[in-house]
Amino acid sequence: MSAIAADRPTASPVAAGLIDELRAALAPDRVHVGATELGLYKRDASNIEGRASVICFPLTASEVQACVRIAVAHETPFVARGSGTGLSGGATPLDGAVVIVTTKMNHVLSVDTVNRFAWVEPGVLNLDLSKAVARRGLHFAPDPSSQQSCSIGGNVANNSGGPHCLADGVTEAHVLAVEVVLPDGTLAMLGGEEPEPDGYDLRGVFVGSEGMFGIATKVCVRLTQSAPAVRTMLFDFATVEAGAQTVSAIIAAGMVPAALEMMDQLCTTAVEAYINAGLPVHAAAILLVEVNGLEHSVATDVERIVEIARAHGTGAVRIAQDETERALLWKGRKTAFGAIARIKPNYYLHDTVVPRRRLPEVLREVYAIAARHDLLVMNVFHAGDGNLHPLLVFDKREPGVMDRVHAAGEEIVRFSVSVGGVLSGEHGIGLEKRDLMPLMFAPADLAAQAAVRHAFDPVGLANPHKVLPSAASCGDVQHVPAGAWV
Amino acid sequence: MDLGAFAEDVGVSGPVTIAGLGSRGGAVADVRCVHAPGGIEWIQADEMIACCGAGTPVAELVDALAAVGQRVALPDGGTVGGALAVGRAGIRRLGDGAVRNTLLQARYVSAAGEVVKAGGPTVKNVSGFDLCRLLVGSRGTLGFLGEVIVRTRPLPAASHWFSATVGEPFALFATLHRPVSVLWDGATLWALLEGHAADVAEQAAAAGLHPADGPPPLPQSRTSVAPSCVGSLTGRFVAEVGVGVVHGDAPPRSSASPAVAELGRRVKDELDPTGRLNPGVHVG
Repeated sequence: MSAIAADRPTASPVAAGLIDELRAALAPDRVHVGATELGLYKRDASNIEGRASVICFPLTASEVQACVRIAVAHETPFVARGSGTGLSGGATPLDGAVVIVTTKMNHVLSVDTVNRFAWVEPGVLNLDLSKAVARRGLHFAPDPSSQQSCSIGGNVANNSGGPHCLADGVTEAHVLAVEVVLPDGTLAMLGGEEPEPDGYDLRGVFVGSEGMFGIATKVCVRLTQSAPAVRTMLFDFATVEAGAQTVSAIIAAGMVPAALEMMDQLCTTAVEAYINAGLPVHAAAILLVEVNGLEHSVATDVERIVEIARAHGTGAVRIAQDETERALLWKGRKTAFGAIARIKPNYYLHDTVVPRRRLPEVLREVYAIAARHDLLVMNVFHAGDGNLHPLLVFDKREPGVMDRVHAAGEEIVRFSVSVGGVLSGEHGIGLEKRDLMPLMFAPADLAAQAAVRHAFDPVGLANPHKVLPSAASCGDVQHVPAGAWV
Repeated sequence: MDLGAFAEDVGVSGPVTIAGLGSRGGAVADVRCVHAPGGIEWIQADEMIACCGAGTPVAELVDALAAVGQRVALPDGGTVGGALAVGRAGIRRLGDGAVRNTLLQARYVSAAGEVVKAGGPTVKNVSGFDLCRLLVGSRGTLGFLGEVIVRTRPLPAASHWFSATVGEPFALFATLHRPVSVLWDGATLWALLEGHAADVAEQAAAAGLHPADGPPPLPQSRTSVAPSCVGSLTGRFVAEVGVGVVHGDAPPRSSASPAVAELGRRVKDELDPTGRLNPGVHVG
């Protein structure tokens, strides 16, 4: 992944009082100001760099409260950060912000296996939670491709998705309650174990607020029963269109598979060279379909889906025969990004959602856009959700290539929205797409979002200048550093 | 759908209230009343979404969806807008999820009389702050729903109610795979199982459930408790196991913490500074 230095003025000296107070409130060894740490935490997994003044590692909600109160007292912005796997610059600190890292708050506090929910700290990793409850036949349904390293707190901040959200919904549907430190340092419990708490659904609007409504310190998540029967199928098609039409046809036939994932040929080739799973590298597109549930429904669905895929001209039908083969097929999907390094050293991953029925034309346009900008594009995406992940691959040492990458990216986003899609399916807006928000929202729509932000954070120090374009966020300073492509 | 006339009805000043079919409480008394437009704009079965005016009767949407083999997770009765604005689920919540997860996009009329869009037409969407969550359950105090896009689902192949006599609900509950509804009144458990007919029959047999005519009649009052409290309820009740909604006698609820109440007030003040929308209706 490329890193582009921010074109920012030299850091102003941080108020010594700020650091001293943070050290007194936490512990000296959990408040870092060294160049190495500041360098590590100046961006998330996007290529947008900012500038942090201090990195804090609280262990408790009251320590998070202390961090927030001290930052506010010094009129310094603060940014919550989980594992830093975000791809939109949401956790990129701007203007010498205090970075509050929740990775040390990583305990599963309690699990109710009868009513199927768990209380967890925000630093618990997504996959660790599912592993912790697996022997009870349960799992946490949102499963981003980064699930080995992303945290529940980050999932809440970004309302994360993943392949299995087609059937089970995104993070918001799996969060019952969030304990948050509000931007004024107050601790509040939004939502609750009970299904219909009084008051506005502040929990719901907090999920996906990208750290701008406060910092989650404890999360009550719903756990999902794991299915007794699972079948994973792989189809291959001579055209991307045939694959996309198969996806629409499966849904139109009244089935909601647990996952419907597609990879195009360039991507399949890279993955196959990487993991040797026997993937059909000759095909223009491959489709990974997973159905789960009880035995009879799974068997019926497999039969109907194979029939639909054949009607759309699938070359081969591969049904994973055991858990090892199933894991191998999924490994192909989930390691796609690692495999891409074999093609070109750098990539830029996009994330838009389009209506499923428009997938064929949108994919055609994505290829055309990439060709116009003389770039390679690979597609590996959640086809069932219409959630595209065009991956522009390049070598950043090539002069002028970043301009082409950014121009192509913006055209892809614009085209996706123009066919009735949305700006982001699961990566969030952050800094990356902040200034594209007007493609989807009129000034009155943005003003309403800014009003809710103002209700949560009247002072505006919680992760400022993200999500809302400046006209809507009551500021007239352009804080997007170079490296953002908007 | 053109919401211009509806926005004009709402206007820019003075108290105003909204009513659908009046089945969930209806308009605030003695306040000028408006009605949201009705009618189904479109149903896209292959996208699993439908768009309609908030004034559309739930029954009309349910019938139209059934014709294409789908349904929507809204409670019966009244209008689509009313069901969303009140935000209380029906007894299928265990399987269908909360009403709040049904709403993907809303175009509503704000306190300033403007048409505002919240959310987007796709299930996966993290473009900006999710105001749809706030609108569901806000009882018309933050904006009046005009047109909504809701998520739909395929109808199951089979759907049957069963029952069994049990003095404790959780043991039986644990044996069922993703039941759509489980109700318990202290002595009898009712379960709604859906899916492939053979799966439904096998599950019911394995759990010792017997076919039932349907759910029991529900006591009028309705409240919500932590789902773990369901096993220790007393009096006359029908509780939703695994959910925590209790129809009938239930322990008193604790009120929202001062911090949460204050945050709710600030949200209301930001979106309706003069308190003109559904005056007197208090959410919280």
